[in-house]
Amino acid sequence: MANVIFYILAIIVLACGFMVVTRKNAINAALYLVVAMAAIAGLFAQLGSLFIAALQVIVYAGAIIVLFLFVIMMLNLKRDEFGFDSRLFQRLFGLILGIIFIIQLILIVSRFRPGLPAQAIDPAMGNAAAMSKKLFMQYLYPFEIVSVLLLAALIGAVVMASKRKDR
Amino acid sequence: MAPLANYLVLAAILFALGVWGVLRNRNALIIFMCIELMLNAVNLTFMGFSAYLNDYSGQVFVFLIMAVAAAEVAVGLAIIVSIFRHKENVNVDEINVMKW
Repeated sequence: MANVIFYILAIIVLACGFMVVTRKNAINAALYLVVAMAAIAGLFAQLGSLFIAALQVIVYAGAIIVLFLFVIMMLNLKRDEFGFDSRLFQRLFGLILGIIFIIQLILIVSRFRPGLPAQAIDPAMGNAAAMSKKLFMQYLYPFEIVSVLLLAALIGAVVMASKRKDR
Repeated sequence: MAPLANYLVLAAILFALGVWGVLRNRNALIIFMCIELMLNAVNLTFMGFSAYLNDYSGQVFVFLIMAVAAAEVAVGLAIIVSIFRHKENVNVDEINVMKW
C-alpha cells in the first residue's frame, strides 16, 4: 500500500517536473510547480513527518509560488515575450548533459550501501514537538543565523526592487 | 515506507530534471522554478534519510533549506524585477553585461 502511494506521488512529481521544464509560458510552469510541490508534500507526509509536509505546502505551494505569480503579473510580459525559443544547441546540450547527469546520479545511488539496518519508523516521527526540540537545542545557532538571513533577504529584496529616484 | 532507494532515485531524477531545465530554458523565471525543483530534490533526499535513520536532524536541515530557499527566491525575483526595469526583458541570453 505504501509503495502504491509512493509510486503514484512519484509519477505526479516527475510528470509535473517535466512539464515545468518544458513549458514556455511562465504561468503554466508555475502552476505545474504547485502540483509538484503538493505531491512532494504528500511524499513527506508518507514518510511520517506531517510537520515538514505542512511546511512544504505553506512555504512552497503557498508563499513561494504566490511570489512567482506576483512577479509574473508585475512584469506584465507581452504574449510574444512569454516564451523564448532557446537555441537548438542549447536544447541539445541541455538534454545531453541532463542525461549524463542522471546516469551519474543513478550510478551513485546504486553503489550506495547503507551501513545501518532499516529501522521501523518511530510513531512519534514528524511530531512537531520532537523536531522543535532538536531544532531549538542542538541546532539553535543555525536557526538564529537563518532568521537573520531571512531578514537580510527581506531588506535586500525591498532595496533592489524599489525604484531608484536618484537616477 | 517505501524502500530508501526509491526516494533516492526519485530525488536523483528530479534533480536531473531541474538541471536540464536550467540548461534548457532562457526565461529567468522558469530557471528559478527549476532551481526550486532541485532544492526540493535535495529536501526529498534529506527526508528519506531522516526517516530511514530515524533521526530528526534531516528534518531540521529541510527546515533550514526551506528558509534559505524562501530568501533566495525573494532576492532573486527582486533582481529579476530590477533587470526587467532596465532591459524590459528577462531572457538570460540578453542579460550578458556581466559576462565580460
